[in-house]
Amino acid sequence: MARYITKRLIYMLLTLIIIATFSFFLMKMLPGTPLTMEDKLSEAQKEIILEKYGLNDPVPIQYLKYMGGLAVGDLGISFQFDNREVTDIIMDRIGPSMQLGAQALIIGTIIGMLLGLVAAIYHNGFLDYSSTFVAVIGKSIPSFIFAGLLQYFIALKLGWFPVALWGTWQHTVLPTVALAMFPIAIAARFMRTEMLEVLGSDFIQTARAKGVNKFGVVFKHGVRNALIPLVTVMGPLAVALMTGTLVIEKIFAVPGIGEQFVTSITTNDFPIIMGTTLFFSFFFIFIILVIDLLYGLIDPRIRLAEGEK
Amino acid sequence: MRKTNWLLLGLALVLSMFLVACSGGGDNNADGGNSEGNTEEKNESEGNEGSEGAEGEPSGEQVLNITDSAEIPTMDPSMATDAVAFQWLGSTMDGLYRLGENAKLEPAIAKSHEQSEDALTWTFKLREDATWENGDPVTAHDFVYAWQRAVNPDTGSEYGPYMMNGVIKNAEAISKGEMPVDKLGVTAEDDYTLKVELEKPIPYFLSLTAFGTFLPLNQDFVEKQGDKFALEADTILANGPFKMTEWKHEEGWTLEKNKDYWDAENVNLEKINVKVVKETSTRVNLYDSGEIDAAALSGEFVQQKAGSEELKTEEEPVLFYLKMNQQHEVLGNVNARKAIQSVINREDLVNVILANGSLPAVGDIPQNFAKHPESGKDFREINGPLVEHNVEKAQEHWKKALEELGKDKVELELLGGDSEVAKEMDAYLKNQLEQLEGLTVNVKPVPFKERLRLDTEMEYELQNSGWGPDYIDPNTFLNMWVTDGGNNKTGYSNEEYDALIEKANNELALEPVKRFETFLEAEKMLIKEDAVLAPLYQRAVAKLWKPYVKGVITNPMGPDYTYKYAYIDKE
Repeated sequence: MARYITKRLIYMLLTLIIIATFSFFLMKMLPGTPLTMEDKLSEAQKEIILEKYGLNDPVPIQYLKYMGGLAVGDLGISFQFDNREVTDIIMDRIGPSMQLGAQALIIGTIIGMLLGLVAAIYHNGFLDYSSTFVAVIGKSIPSFIFAGLLQYFIALKLGWFPVALWGTWQHTVLPTVALAMFPIAIAARFMRTEMLEVLGSDFIQTARAKGVNKFGVVFKHGVRNALIPLVTVMGPLAVALMTGTLVIEKIFAVPGIGEQFVTSITTNDFPIIMGTTLFFSFFFIFIILVIDLLYGLIDPRIRLAEGEK
Repeated sequence: MRKTNWLLLGLALVLSMFLVACSGGGDNNADGGNSEGNTEEKNESEGNEGSEGAEGEPSGEQVLNITDSAEIPTMDPSMATDAVAFQWLGSTMDGLYRLGENAKLEPAIAKSHEQSEDALTWTFKLREDATWENGDPVTAHDFVYAWQRAVNPDTGSEYGPYMMNGVIKNAEAISKGEMPVDKLGVTAEDDYTLKVELEKPIPYFLSLTAFGTFLPLNQDFVEKQGDKFALEADTILANGPFKMTEWKHEEGWTLEKNKDYWDAENVNLEKINVKVVKETSTRVNLYDSGEIDAAALSGEFVQQKAGSEELKTEEEPVLFYLKMNQQHEVLGNVNARKAIQSVINREDLVNVILANGSLPAVGDIPQNFAKHPESGKDFREINGPLVEHNVEKAQEHWKKALEELGKDKVELELLGGDSEVAKEMDAYLKNQLEQLEGLTVNVKPVPFKERLRLDTEMEYELQNSGWGPDYIDPNTFLNMWVTDGGNNKTGYSNEEYDALIEKANNELALEPVKRFETFLEAEKMLIKEDAVLAPLYQRAVAKLWKPYVKGVITNPMGPDYTYKYAYIDKE
């Protein structure tokens, strides 16, 4: 197992280097400079400032310098927020995004799984149709509309939760609910399909024939087998949710990172673009590793490490 | 075995939840949000609980709750470039002068000033009772240090050289690294006397001293903080009406009254809570719920709130116009440009497309920006509208242009923005321009940075462009159109126009009336005779203000608002 993980970690590092290289050169193709007063400064003045920040060097030199910094863990400093370290900015902003994402993922997955389960057990019944309806709504209503409705009715009209802003756990409720709609829809759909398939398979019939009660059949034998495909889609979903969402963060004025990534691209804040890209990539690769490890736990037939034979 | 596996899985899930919650909670859950903090204070003072919108309840509590549209990029005056930074620098710091009511300059750290005969040397007498937050006195040395730092190429300031080159003696050479920093034309004759030497007479120099880049800095403090200077609330040193006591990046910040401020008796607000809110609908909901006292609106929300007494429109001296590239064979023709000027219906543009109180632009100087030095009449009023909406006349000009060019069909490309409003606007402009017979307009939406690149390289035909002033003087708008001006980029070159601007800035520098009249003449030449630009609109912001917020001053440059004299009156 340890050998398997070490091997995976080395691959992770290689992947990150490739991602860093690609994004660096792609980023350098963006028009413009990180200067905020680009429209007012004279050419000569721009040159002086670009020179100071090493942006006049040939791109390959800039690339080597950046990778050199990266090797010693230096992500550089932001242009947009003068002198602030990229690492600090990411650390400041990732907290709220992660919290909302994790809450939404956990709540969404649990609710979604229950919905899917109920739908599968009462196949083609009223409960099945209603839970499918919820899933379709969750998938098809854009999150900004749902978030806006929550904000207007639940917060402004009913006053149950704060309208927006950040600070207490109450502030996280509405954005979490808004974010959770998507995992609910996904989990419900997958759970329903998989459960229907599993419940119709031979070993379930056998278990039933042996006299295992309905509850035992569904939970002990059914759910566990239906989990595998669900875990597969949940990985990328977790990354998507926990790295922040532009829309929800904007609507609820959450100081998260989702919006920062987009702003950094429009302002040509090179160090932030690189920093966030690498951070997101790392997170994604890491989650994939965790999921691969989880497979082994859920389904003993999957053996990751060949060395264990 | 199976059971332990399940346990492990469960444990892993619980653990990961816990870890995530920790990293999320870290610094954000430490204390309550905006609403909570306020309620607490209310309880202490007046027992006025609950929503702030409660009417008719007198309250002496002087707390202003507002939002800003973005995180403060920097609190370092040398590095500041945008409205957010200048706003909060302006609230926490005093320069030599500051902007008061109607953009009048009030003495701040300076008590008085004298100009030499040739207007090249300005001597400022500083007040002796001004202090920094840490108790140090504010002296002439603080200005010398700050201004030298702003032009020092090692600082990497954008606004420093932009504002000081050609203004303060030797700034240009220093900013290029060709001369030592201490040669800058600013010296401390003693602790409370500041001498400034200018490159040439600058009639608007006093208004510059109220600008963020010219704020003083406490050298000891700045050097002690090093790289960390101005990054956090405790690495900033205030000398103004308010001091920043808390700064949670991207979330918001708190300003409190600076008790040691030299003019503290005129400061009423005890506290300003600012939250970063980027979405207009969110701002409106927060405003309606009573959590904030002001909310800037856009498009549809202005219409929704139309008729409300709380809705105020604040005009800004920011001008938008169609820039026409004269290197293009059609746009090089003055009649073609005149046709474009008069075919556009600006009234509909501001009322229907923008609908936020923006004004139709009819010249190159915005309304309520520059006043005649003697009569006090507005520049815009004196010169009147230099363009008019007249489709017939536009067609005439257009026909003439086509004849002169020997064409009957023309295609032009309009560089557009990629924002929501920009798209509507560009569609409208296309529609208006295509009223000209035989003209086809292709809109090419590009991101802002790309538009700038195309502008610099003059690879455009028509573009929707804008300009905000850097100081209160017509020169900031008119100077850019001289031959090969850094921001001209239209290919416009007229010796007579160059001569007028040159005259206004040199010969007439000490004769305000004649100088003003020269600018009037220059504007007519630029817009009416040479039709260099097709003015579109002067921007305005529509904003909701709770009726109990009083005394907030709106500024045409530098910080958007002055909160120094603001107060809450809930009578």
